[in-house]
Amino acid sequence: MDALSELLNGFATAAHPTNLLYAFVGVLLGTAIGVLPGIGPAMTIALLLPLTYALEPTQAFIMFAGIYYGGMYGGSTTSILLNTPGESASVVTAIEGNKMARKGRAAAALATAAIGSFIAGTIGTLALALVAPGVVKLAIKMGAPDYFAVMVLAFIAVTTVLGSSKIRGLAALAIGLLVGTIGIDPTSGQQRLTLGLPELADGIDVVVVAVGLFAVGEALWIAAHLRRTPAEIISVGAARMTREDWRRSWKPWLRGTAIGFPFGAIPAGGAEIPTFLSYVTEKKLSKHPEEFGQGAIEGVAGPEATNNASAAGGLVPLLTLGIPTTATAAVMLGAFQGYGIQPGTRLLQTQPELVWGLVASLFIGNVILLALNLPLAPMWAKLLRIPRPYLYAGILFFASIGAYAANLSTFDLWLLLVLGALGFGMRRFGLPVVPAIIGIILGPTAEVQLRRALQISDGHISGLTDTWFAKIVYVVILLVLVVPPIVTRLRTREPVKVGD
Amino acid sequence: MNTTEFAVVTVTPAKHHATLTGNRTTESKETAVRARTWFTSISAVAAFAVVASGCGVSADDNASGGASTGPLKGLRVLVPNSPGSGYDTTARAAAKAMQDAKLTDTVEVFNTAGAGGTVGLQRLANEKGKEDILMQMGLGVVGAVFTNKSKATLQDTVPIAKLIEEAEAIVVPKDSPYTSLDQLVAAWKADPGKVPVGGASNKGGPDHLTPMLLAKAVGVQPKLVNYVPYDGGGELLTAILGKKISFAATGIAEVAEQAKSGDVKILAVTSANPVDGVDAPTLKSLNIDLVFTNWRGIVAPPGLPDEKKKQFVELLTKMHESEQWKTTLTKQGWTDAFQTGDEFKSFLTSENDRVAGVLRELGLVV
Repeated sequence: MDALSELLNGFATAAHPTNLLYAFVGVLLGTAIGVLPGIGPAMTIALLLPLTYALEPTQAFIMFAGIYYGGMYGGSTTSILLNTPGESASVVTAIEGNKMARKGRAAAALATAAIGSFIAGTIGTLALALVAPGVVKLAIKMGAPDYFAVMVLAFIAVTTVLGSSKIRGLAALAIGLLVGTIGIDPTSGQQRLTLGLPELADGIDVVVVAVGLFAVGEALWIAAHLRRTPAEIISVGAARMTREDWRRSWKPWLRGTAIGFPFGAIPAGGAEIPTFLSYVTEKKLSKHPEEFGQGAIEGVAGPEATNNASAAGGLVPLLTLGIPTTATAAVMLGAFQGYGIQPGTRLLQTQPELVWGLVASLFIGNVILLALNLPLAPMWAKLLRIPRPYLYAGILFFASIGAYAANLSTFDLWLLLVLGALGFGMRRFGLPVVPAIIGIILGPTAEVQLRRALQISDGHISGLTDTWFAKIVYVVILLVLVVPPIVTRLRTREPVKVGD
Repeated sequence: MNTTEFAVVTVTPAKHHATLTGNRTTESKETAVRARTWFTSISAVAAFAVVASGCGVSADDNASGGASTGPLKGLRVLVPNSPGSGYDTTARAAAKAMQDAKLTDTVEVFNTAGAGGTVGLQRLANEKGKEDILMQMGLGVVGAVFTNKSKATLQDTVPIAKLIEEAEAIVVPKDSPYTSLDQLVAAWKADPGKVPVGGASNKGGPDHLTPMLLAKAVGVQPKLVNYVPYDGGGELLTAILGKKISFAATGIAEVAEQAKSGDVKILAVTSANPVDGVDAPTLKSLNIDLVFTNWRGIVAPPGLPDEKKKQFVELLTKMHESEQWKTTLTKQGWTDAFQTGDEFKSFLTSENDRVAGVLRELGLVV
C-alpha cells in the first residue's frame, strides 16, 4: 500500500523532537481553549496565525492540528463537570455527562470521553489517510435535498428526547426553533425577530444558548432553592471506568466514529448534528434506555467519539479539494494560503511531506491528548467537591467570561442573562431544556437546506426527492414510522375494527 | 476571499457583538491618550515657535508634520469581522507591514464582528472624533449597511485608502453544458428560474451583487435571478463540483486552484483587465459592459480633523510603498488597487450608489 509507506515517512517527519513539541503545545492549547465557552479553535488559530509565520509550515500545521483535536476534546470537560459546554460540538455531551457527574461518576464520564475521542480520532485519521479521495467524491454528490432528508430523520428522532411529557417536550422544541429563527434570513435577506438590534442580526450562537439555558439557568435555579434543599455531597466515586463501563462504551465509540467521520467530510455536515444523531442512536439501541436522562454512559461515549471523528472527517475535503467545512478548517485554509500553499487535488503531489506529516502528527496528537487527559480526569472530577455556592459562582464566572471574551461586548452578557432567565423559567414550569437546544441546532440548518433545495428545483416539490440518497432516507423514515406500530399490533393480535 | 469573510462570520455567528453602550473604560483611556497627543502637539508648537522665533501662522501645519516623523504611537485597527476572515487577514497584514517598516509602534488589531460588518461600523461611529483608530472595511460593508438597515453609514466615516481588489469569477462545473459565457447567458435569458446561480455571500454581498449586475448588463431582470446563498466558499465550491447549481459568482481566489486542476471552468472575470494566471476573458472583452470587483480599504471615524486625515493617508501611502506590503501582496495573491483620500471617497460614493440601485430594484432597500 503506497499510502502506508507515505504515512511511515510522515511519522518520521512528525516524530522529530521539535515537531513533537509543537504537537504537544497545540494539544495543550486546544484543550485549554476548548474548556472556555466562546473561544473556539477557529479563533485561536486565527489569532496565532501571525505568530506562526516565523515557523516552518509543517510545524505550524502540526500545532494547528493539535489545537483542532484538543479543542474538540476540551469542550467536553466543562460540559460534563459544570453543564457548561465549551464548544457547540460538546453540547450533547452535557445531557448525560453532567447527570453522570452528579451521580459521582464524573471520572468515568471524562474517561469514556477521552478514550472515545482517542479511538474515534485514530480511526478517523486512519480513514483520512486511506480513503480520503473516495470519501470526498461521495461527499461532493451530497446536495440540499439529501441534507434535508437527513434533517427530517433527525426531527423524527427528536421525539426520543422529548421527555416524559410530550406536550412539554414539544413546547420546549418550539422555543428552540423560535430562538433559531432570530437573525437575518440568508435566503431573503430580511431580518427576523432582531428587534432592531444589530447584535442579533447574525442570530444567537448555539454555545451561548446552551450555556445560558444549561449553566446559568441551573445556577439561578439552585440559588433559588439553596435554602430549601439540603446540600447534597457529590461523591467523586471511582476514578476509573468499571468493566461494565467498558462493556457499555466500546460499541458507542465505534458507532460514533462511523456517524461522525462522514458528517465531517461533507460540507454543511459539521459536528452538532452528528453528535445529536449519535445520542439518539445510542438511546434507541441501548439495553438501558431508562437510564438516558439519568446519566447513561453511552450518551457520553457516542457523541464524544462522534465529534472527534467529525474533526478528522473535516480534514478530508480540506486536504483533497481545498474546501473548508468548518470554521477551523476555513482558518487553516487561510493559513495554507499565507504560506503560499494551495490545498487542492494537487496538494498530495506538491507537498507530500506536509500532508503525511500532518496526518502522522494527528496520530501523535491523539496519543498526547489521551496521555494528558486520562490522568487528569479524577483530578478534574474533584472540582465537584467544591461547596455548591462557590461551585455555581465559579460556573457563572466561567460562563460570563466565555460569553464576554469572544467579542468583548457587554451585550453578550445581557443576552446570557436573558437566556439564563429563560432556562430558569423552563425549569420552573417543568419544560425540558434539551429539546430547546436540539431545536436551535436542527431548525436553522433544516430551513436553509429545505429552501435551498426548492430554490434549485425552481419551486418544484420533486426537488426534495430527486436524488437516490434522499429517496433511501425517506424510505428509512417511512419504515421507522410504519413498522413499529404494525409490529406492536401484530404482537397484541388486536383485530382492527372500524368504529370500535 | 470575500467569501471567507462570510464563511467565518456565519459559522460563528452571534458570539461577536459590539459594545454600543459599554465603552466607558476605553473612553477614559482614550481621553488620556488624546490629552497626551495634545500635549505633544503643544510642545511641538512651542518648540517650533522658539526656533522660528514667533512666526505662529504656520505653527499648526508644522505641529502635525512634527507628529508624523518617527513611528506613530498607539494606533488601533477595528476589524468588523471575525478573526481569520478576509478583512481580518488584510488588517493584520497591513498592521504588520506598518510595524516592520517602522512607521508605527505596535498596532492593536481587534475584532468587533456582526451583521456583515455594520456592528463594527456602528462602533466606529461611536468613536467619533477619536484620532487613534482606523477601520478595515470593503465592498461587503457597503451592501450590509443597506440590508441591515444600519444607522451608521460609510458616508459618515472619513475614507483614508483603498488597498486591494479581487476580481469575481463567473464559474461553471467542468462538464457544464455551457462552455462559453454566451451560451450561459442565452440559457439564463430563456428561463432565469431554471438557471440557479450560487454565491458565498448573503444578499448585498459581492457574490450576490455580481450576478445581479451581470443580469442587468445582459438584459435579465434582477428580480427573476435565482440566487442561492451558500455558507462560505467551501460549501459553494462543493455545490459547483457536485453540479447542484448552473453557475456561480465568487472571488477568483476561491476557485483559481480548482480551475487550474480542471475541476471547474471560469467563463469570465469581472475586472477591467485579465487576471494573472487565470485563463478567462474579461466581461468587457465579451462585449458586456460591466466592471465590478470586490475591494478592501480603510476608513477613519467621523469628525477626523483634516491634518490627521493627511497624516493617515501619508502613513498608508508609505505602508503601500514598503517592501513588506509588496511581499504580502504577492504572497496572498492580492491585486494592488491603492487609492487615497478624496479619490477613494468618490469611489466609495459611486459604489454606494451602484449597490443601492441594485438592491432597490430587488426590493431589499426602500
